[in-house]
Amino acid sequence: MNRAVAAFRELQRRDRVFPFLQEAAPSPGLDTRHGPILYVEGISRSFDGFQALDDLTLYVDDGELRCIIGPNGAGKTTLMDVITGKTTPDSGHAWFGSRLNLLRMNEHAIAQAGIGRKFQKPTVFENLSVFENLELAMHADRGLRRSLFWRLDGEGRDRLDEVLALIGLEARRRTLAGSLSHGQKQWLEIGSLLMQNPRLLLVDEPVAGMTGQETEQTAELLVSLAGRHSVVVVEHDMEFVRSIARTVTVLHQGSVLAEGTMDQVQADPRVREVYLGEEET
Amino acid sequence: MAQARINRIAGLHGPAGWLLFLLAVAAVLVLMPVLNRVVSPESIFHVPNWMLTLTGRFLCLALVALALDLIWGYTGILSLGHGAFFALGGYVMGMHLTRNSYADGGVPNFIQFLGVSEWPWFWVPFQWFWFTALMILLVPGVLAFLFGFFAFRSRVRGVYFAIITQALTFGMMLLFFRTETGVGGDTGLTNFQTLLGFSVRDADTRLALYLVSALAVIGGYLACRYIVTSKLGRVLTAIRDAESRVRFTGYNPLRYKLFVWTLSAMLCGVAGALYVPQTGVINPGEMAPAQSIEMAVWVALGGRGTLVGALAGAGIVNGMKSYVTAVHPDLWLFFLGALFIIVTLFLPRGVVGLFQRVRGEGGRS
Ligand SMILES: Nc1ncnc2c1ncn2[C@@H]1O[C@H](COP(=O)(O)OP(=O)(O)O)[C@@H](O)[C@H]1O
Ligand SMILES: [Mg+2]
Repeated sequence: MNRAVAAFRELQRRDRVFPFLQEAAPSPGLDTRHGPILYVEGISRSFDGFQALDDLTLYVDDGELRCIIGPNGAGKTTLMDVITGKTTPDSGHAWFGSRLNLLRMNEHAIAQAGIGRKFQKPTVFENLSVFENLELAMHADRGLRRSLFWRLDGEGRDRLDEVLALIGLEARRRTLAGSLSHGQKQWLEIGSLLMQNPRLLLVDEPVAGMTGQETEQTAELLVSLAGRHSVVVVEHDMEFVRSIARTVTVLHQGSVLAEGTMDQVQADPRVREVYLGEEET
Repeated sequence: MAQARINRIAGLHGPAGWLLFLLAVAAVLVLMPVLNRVVSPESIFHVPNWMLTLTGRFLCLALVALALDLIWGYTGILSLGHGAFFALGGYVMGMHLTRNSYADGGVPNFIQFLGVSEWPWFWVPFQWFWFTALMILLVPGVLAFLFGFFAFRSRVRGVYFAIITQALTFGMMLLFFRTETGVGGDTGLTNFQTLLGFSVRDADTRLALYLVSALAVIGGYLACRYIVTSKLGRVLTAIRDAESRVRFTGYNPLRYKLFVWTLSAMLCGVAGALYVPQTGVINPGEMAPAQSIEMAVWVALGGRGTLVGALAGAGIVNGMKSYVTAVHPDLWLFFLGALFIIVTLFLPRGVVGLFQRVRGEGGRS
């Protein structure tokens, strides 16, 4: 992991530019001139009578780093499912920028438009090598013909090497992803997200199963992404949230309970009652 | 996990693999014809005509196995209906052969049974070879495309997909059994005379058919190999392992699945078309559900997701089948059943997997 730390220091250097982190891949059709990159308005969704999302409204500004916290079952993952097209809500609206209606788009179209997702349970392509996982995720035309005649060019190879270094898996580039440890899979999935280079990253519980040091690195990485990218992080680990968050949204029973800085949120008596109180017991 | 390592070692070649490939090509394209034509019939090395044609038929079946491995081994979609595509290619070729075997204006009995003395409209264009060649690809291709489109769009997967492919081939069989369908009913099409003006019984024509079959398998193998080693092939493997992740990465699995599915059906069509003139008959029995299951056994026995395994599996099972049905025709189905059980229980990675284990390369899964 020392190599990863070194790579990280490298990343923090101002004189050295990582173009793939500085600039998100272009996203045709995305219009953020009005400020927010993500509009979630009045979304409701129930599963067999259980209200997982209840009239939820949330805006994320372009370039923002947003943390979403909330007790188990608050609907955080379901919210990401709705944004990425995996779950259709019963009512409400979800827009990517002011022009792309997410509820009318398929999962793959949403991903192509520039929303990348890291799942709660790390999912990598187990029968492909680390290198191939990253190559598959690399931002490129996803058409059949392009894939059939795909050749990785020098620039792409450099980008791949950089991400490999960043996630500390250089030595394991030929290893099948299925034989990585849990933490390494987490990193590989984050690496894939970086290769995809989306405008908006949805990151579901990224530090689960990571060591303290790895958690720190992840925090640094997410902070460094903000600005050119917009990042929404769902996390349980309060320490982690405190270390990265500018704005925190607290979800409870499918809707927004409070929103503000970490201090504001923690001072909120309702939040203390439903979440922080629970956490301490 | 072990599966992937096989992909890399057995299916995909290093220099040694290419050498082996060239040797196999030379054996099929040069050695067999030489043993057939040049070596004197008295010699024990002589390959008689019947054996050449039998090998030609096996090559066609090997092409089917390749096609099935592409969709099952690499993409994880088990089809138990590939017999339908194979038979359709065969029927298209059979119609061309039948049409041109009655060049003097007559029509076969099964057409007369329909109460007409002229060729029905859909028979007419089959007098042209170019049209036939086109249909060999288009008929199985279009059917597969439509079937696949609706099935994949509804996200039908796994066992459910396998079952509806069985229903597909069964339904097709019932349709082709009917005399009213106009393609020979339960006897099918037979008594072929000429192909492109050459007598189909002629030894030279047989040799030519054999060679074309060999070229089809070699071409099919190279094409499949190119596909599975391309990024497209890696997307297919990714679909097999985690389809929803593929979606969230921005690939549309529907397109990828439809592409290999349709391609696979077309390869089967070509195989069927080359098979029929070498067998001399095509009937609805080729669409029986058991035929398609047998095809899956070839691939499973050889080893899924390796291409080479599919070729080997088709050869081994069909070799056994020729032998067993000659000695004891009734026993074949029991034999096949036993083979299926043995493979499932003891050879999950097929013959290729066995080789890997013997050579100590495969590792434990
Ligand atoms: N596909 C589904 N079917 C049924 N219930 C679901 C489904 N997805 C989520 N839920 C329910 O919705 C609630 C919210 O879940 P989730 O969004 O995963 O919470 P969180 O990620 O905040 O812990 C849970 O009670 C869960 O059981
Ligand atoms: Mg969750």
